[in-house]
Amino acid sequence: MFPAAAKRDGVLPGFRLGLGYTLTYLTLLVLIPLAGMILFTGQMSWGDFWATASSERALASYRVTFGASLGAAAINALFGLIVAWVLVRYPFPGKRFVDALVDLPFALPTAVAGITLATLYAENGWIGQHLAKLGIQVAFTPLGIVVALIFVTLPFVVRTLQPVIEDIEAEVEEAAATLGATRWQTFTRVLLPGIFPAWLTGFTLAFSRAIGEFGSVIFIAGNMPLISEITPLLIISKLEQYDILGATALAVVMLVISFVMLLVINLLQWWAASRHAKSRDGDAPADAADALAIAGGRP
Amino acid sequence: MTTRRATAEPRWVRLLLTAVALGFLFLFLVLPLIAVFWEAFAQGAQVYWDALQEGEARSAMLLTLMIAALVLPFNIAFGVAAAWAIAKFEFRGKSLLTTLIDLPFAVSPVVAGLIFIILFGAQGYLGPWLAAHDIKIIFALPGMILATLFVTFPFVARELIPLMQAQGRDEEEAAVSLGASGWQMFWRVTLPNIKWGLMYGVILANARAMGEFGAVSVVSGHIRGETNTLPLHVEILYNEYNQIGAFAAATVLAFLGLVTLVAKTIVEWRMRKETEMLTAELPPEKTELPPSVATERP
Amino acid sequence: MNKFSSLLLAAGLALATGAHAQSNLLNVSYDVARDVYKDYNPLFEKHWKEKTGETVEIRQSHAGSSKQARAVADGLEADVVTMNQATDVDFLAEKGLVATDYAKRFPDNASPYTSTMVFIVRKGNPKGIKDWNDIAKPGAVQLIIPHPKNTGNGRYSYLAAWGYALKQPGGNDQTAQEFVGNWLKNAPLFGSGGRDATTTFMQRRIGDVLVTFESEAELIAKEFGRGGFEVVYPSLSILAEFPVAIVEKVVDKKGTRELARAYLEYLWSKEGQENAAKNYLRPRDPEVLKKYASAFPPIKTFTIDEMFGGWSKAAATHFKDGGTFDQIYAQK
Repeated sequence: MFPAAAKRDGVLPGFRLGLGYTLTYLTLLVLIPLAGMILFTGQMSWGDFWATASSERALASYRVTFGASLGAAAINALFGLIVAWVLVRYPFPGKRFVDALVDLPFALPTAVAGITLATLYAENGWIGQHLAKLGIQVAFTPLGIVVALIFVTLPFVVRTLQPVIEDIEAEVEEAAATLGATRWQTFTRVLLPGIFPAWLTGFTLAFSRAIGEFGSVIFIAGNMPLISEITPLLIISKLEQYDILGATALAVVMLVISFVMLLVINLLQWWAASRHAKSRDGDAPADAADALAIAGGRP
Repeated sequence: MTTRRATAEPRWVRLLLTAVALGFLFLFLVLPLIAVFWEAFAQGAQVYWDALQEGEARSAMLLTLMIAALVLPFNIAFGVAAAWAIAKFEFRGKSLLTTLIDLPFAVSPVVAGLIFIILFGAQGYLGPWLAAHDIKIIFALPGMILATLFVTFPFVARELIPLMQAQGRDEEEAAVSLGASGWQMFWRVTLPNIKWGLMYGVILANARAMGEFGAVSVVSGHIRGETNTLPLHVEILYNEYNQIGAFAAATVLAFLGLVTLVAKTIVEWRMRKETEMLTAELPPEKTELPPSVATERP
Repeated sequence: MNKFSSLLLAAGLALATGAHAQSNLLNVSYDVARDVYKDYNPLFEKHWKEKTGETVEIRQSHAGSSKQARAVADGLEADVVTMNQATDVDFLAEKGLVATDYAKRFPDNASPYTSTMVFIVRKGNPKGIKDWNDIAKPGAVQLIIPHPKNTGNGRYSYLAAWGYALKQPGGNDQTAQEFVGNWLKNAPLFGSGGRDATTTFMQRRIGDVLVTFESEAELIAKEFGRGGFEVVYPSLSILAEFPVAIVEKVVDKKGTRELARAYLEYLWSKEGQENAAKNYLRPRDPEVLKKYASAFPPIKTFTIDEMFGGWSKAAATHFKDGGTFDQIYAQK
């Protein structure tokens, strides 16, 4: 899959070791198991596979799953950027405590998260009662799925952005400021391109994790056919009927859709990264000047 | 940190952004967490404490810790190797490779468990051979480790790739051209540069390894006191109408997930102290240390 | 991989295989059965010690019934299975792990105790819910049940409503489907499991009626107190049977056939039956039932065998993809 005679840039060692180890580990732990699963569906006829994958219920569940995941990932991308920025740049009391809390959605078992969120957003819950007055129902609707997914994927964007923002060299911003750029110009034209790859990574991770999430969602979704059934629930439903092949077929469909979407996002990210890298060679002030010039800002 | 007048946002922007960030975190993070603790302590500290003393809860805790401890070294080694190859070198198929590394996230945990059943189960590809040699993979520790490795696979790598990419190759190249060996370069230049990113990756992977439910649930067998991890124990307690026990165990997971974070805070604090002594400069954040230390104690 | 990893793997394998060489039994069971077997296991351990002088250790595994059956088929080494619906044992029989005539190897259809589906309503029964047809009136009440396709609890509720409709004058499959369709239209959501449906009804206070196992009502009282709800017994309900079976392949391999048989048989002893009754499950023994009569009001029930021709057939007609449940939701 990857050409052995890869182009080696510069003088750095460890390419063969790094890539070799990566490929071996990836193959053993991910590629062989996933291939096994795809092979397993080979026991089905193409017609059966298609009928399972394109049934009305399945199509509705893809819409719910991918739609809610996209929504949750987008919300997390926007607020995650603000949170990461604030956590790195601005001092405020209790900052470290807040910083520590960000990882908790991963440690908490997803079922507990789902149960708690459903209780909070139910019509008699702490949050739900206020929303009910506005006529908004969250628990047991597709909106509830989005809320659960925001919670379980919250750490991704924040944690991928934090080290990169911490890493921004002060000279870049100072140079931009010296060159007369406004703060907003500096942010959008100098800083944002630098953190964009990491931002997109965070978004991608949140999105892909959301697609597969099951444990928290089923407690708050309401699980009504065609309305709030997610694809992983349909997979479970098939397993409950001992239809392991059918379950695997849905899993393969999800895998293929996710793979294509992730590939597109990753290609986009590398494109953005290499564009940014072009302006990154050389020292920081020149970098900022380049960026501003490229963006057509003030010279 | 130095004050950056020329490069800082206006005061109202800073206040607004801080308010937005804290508001978001409060609504989607803090409030649910308060609710979990609220349930756990609904009948007082004594009931909470008793729930944690139960034998099955303790063995579940031990198993959870053991699995996390066994899984993390693999993920770290893989993450660093993959990030090194991907971030520092150009080769064809790089996006494809990154996508394949991401893939385990998009696989539903239930499916992740199912995959290993298909491979190692009694009706699976390798099942008959394993049975003939009396080797147990699923419904035993190895299967649970495999499932956890799978679901935590991308964390470290994905945390490091954008960071290493942003840092570029210059420093390492300088080190090598000055005559450093590969390992010297790695230990003295690369590792110090990526340590925070690596730390975040490890923290996330650790939290997820401990909290994982779906995949492990499929391959565990749910034998009480033997193959139940803490998240599985939580679900069983809940299903048995022991809500306090369930939420108490969940808060333990929250604390365990924080252990690595506390370690990070301590390291960070010590390093800051050292720099302070060197520069005799008082950073504005100094007054905020106590709250974070408070998270150590349940 | 490296040396370290193979070392770990070896340690893991040793841990997995060497841990339980002594006389022990693994009982793979459904979710809420923990209390029953937690109390039953010491009774049996004592009984076995008195009878043979041997010390035996009973290990328990609990999760969703179908999930457990799949795990046993995939290699979980259960000596005995104690399930909450016959489909799960049928599946194991199909896979050759359990005798095909398992239901005849023990008395009472191999089900040592039973339960039935009842209604939990708000205190004072403000909506006046007395029977299944009160729930089927369009828009009159809100019904809370776990997912009828994915959970044992939900399936029993669905089949109970269906059976009730069949037994009405002029009832046939068509009227029953219509009845159950109306009944489901009153469900604003499906719980992910029996426990989840209970939380939604009791704690989040959604819905007017919760349909669940009679035995669950006592657990609800334990968790939420007795003040907030009432139990209503409908005019007719379904008999929920909890089949037990020996996993032939495993007991042959482990040499635990005698022990496994004794373990299951003892469920029908006076002690075993009393234990079931104390855990709010209806004992088969008429004397024990009489003793605990106050906890078990008489109720007319039908079995799945007589109404639907067996669990496997019922599951195929109603819950398989494209079955009546899917048809009801496809019509919308």
